[in-house]
Amino acid sequence: MDVLREIDDNLQRGEDQRVAELTRKAIDDGLSAADILNNGLLAGMAVVGRKFGAHEIFLPEVLLAARAMNAGVEVLKPLLIADEVPSLGKVVIGTVKGDMHDIGKNLVGIMLKGAGFEVVDLGSDVPAERFVDTATAEGAAVIGLSALLTTTMAGMKNVVNLIRERGLDGDIKVIVGGAPLSKDFAAEIGAHGYGYDATSAVDLVKELSGVA
Amino acid sequence: MPSLTERLQTGDVLVSDGAWGTQLMARGLEPGDSPEAINLSDPEILASIAQLYVEAGADLVTTNTFGGSPLNLERYGLAERTEEINRAAVEALKPVVAGHALISASVGPTGSMLKPHGDTDPKTMSDAFHRQIGALIDGGADVICIETMIDLNEARLAVEATRALSSDVPIIATMTFDATPRGFFTMMGTTVEQASTGLVEAGADVVGSNCGNGVEKMVEIAREFAAHAPFPIIIQSNAGLPEHHDGELVYPEGPEFMASKVGQMIDLGVKIIGGCCGTMPDHIRAIRAAVDAHRGPDGELGIRN
Repeated sequence: MDVLREIDDNLQRGEDQRVAELTRKAIDDGLSAADILNNGLLAGMAVVGRKFGAHEIFLPEVLLAARAMNAGVEVLKPLLIADEVPSLGKVVIGTVKGDMHDIGKNLVGIMLKGAGFEVVDLGSDVPAERFVDTATAEGAAVIGLSALLTTTMAGMKNVVNLIRERGLDGDIKVIVGGAPLSKDFAAEIGAHGYGYDATSAVDLVKELSGVA
Repeated sequence: MPSLTERLQTGDVLVSDGAWGTQLMARGLEPGDSPEAINLSDPEILASIAQLYVEAGADLVTTNTFGGSPLNLERYGLAERTEEINRAAVEALKPVVAGHALISASVGPTGSMLKPHGDTDPKTMSDAFHRQIGALIDGGADVICIETMIDLNEARLAVEATRALSSDVPIIATMTFDATPRGFFTMMGTTVEQASTGLVEAGADVVGSNCGNGVEKMVEIAREFAAHAPFPIIIQSNAGLPEHHDGELVYPEGPEFMASKVGQMIDLGVKIIGGCCGTMPDHIRAIRAAVDAHRGPDGELGIRN
């Protein structure tokens, strides 16, 4: 089996140490960082994302695969920087103010990284200003907002409004997700999209950043 | 007042209460505040909510301790007050429920994830459950209700902690399932069969599901539990999944609709029926009436004493 295929396979099984070893081996074999990333690590993560979307695997498998992906990316990082391998773009994500729930948001982060985006994760209980300040400073085209509580989801509107107030409408797009949300709610608060689950969130970010 | 175990032995179908979060918010709880901090600052609020549910006919009234694990409370700087917070929640309900209802002490997920998926080792989580549940039992809880679990291992640690603390306190354990095209699974991939087997094995007396679904899906979940668990089943349904109407969040299932499924649930062997997110005292009142009116498959009336 070729080394990229092995990376792909081991990543899907969540074998983080094996993925790190294989990534080193691939580098020693003379493969480019972009090749290893796209055809090894991200290829494996794409399968994980698809299976998760189809409910063939669940959160534990995704978390272990993400750990394996990170182990590989860690090994690859110096080369990615040296080779200037381009990312698909930057996305700022976080759970809105007053809400501590981060499982869904973390999952979206994992899937976005798995799709080749750079992710700035602000954590949970994040005020509107911090989302917009960070997106501006980082040059992110998309902000992803998460909420689990029916009481905190209302705060998503503040981020959309702040972007308008600062005249950033059009430069920064806002997408929202979380158990109590709906497409209608997203439209009502003026968000640019609603991600039903982590996989659809990635499709949405791709569409909004013009890389679909 | 007969215990939960005695009530279940007589074949009674019991009614548990409805949502607490919405009631707390209506009384001033702000998003981002710790709901459990109220147990120390305003225990009379707890008594007033419990009163509504007792009047609606609930046999089991829930304590405001869903997030009462020290692992949760530490996010608000309240971990050191775990024992006080949990004990106060039970004590606040005592005068209201005395002679009318049993106190069902809520234990929700810790909010931390077990290794290897998360960073928390089982010992830390088990210790946290011991602290919270120990305080609930000391406070005088009649029942420990471990609820809204998605990770079977975490739920089992909570059940086992309860059994280690008390050989006889009745244990209810519920998990929250997502309806997928491939069937019902928790977010961590646990099936109804795995849940019922695992929770009973750990020592739970009543198993079932709460939250995550409207009542029609909950009937399907009850059917699956009934197929796998020769044990009393509990179902606490949401009033549907939230919808948005003109900026307002609305739970679509009204009291009559939810109550219309009670007969089906009793026939499936569900022994405790109540509500979760979006349910109000009126939902519980309607469920109470439906339980009292329903003649079970064995001809017994599901009537309360």
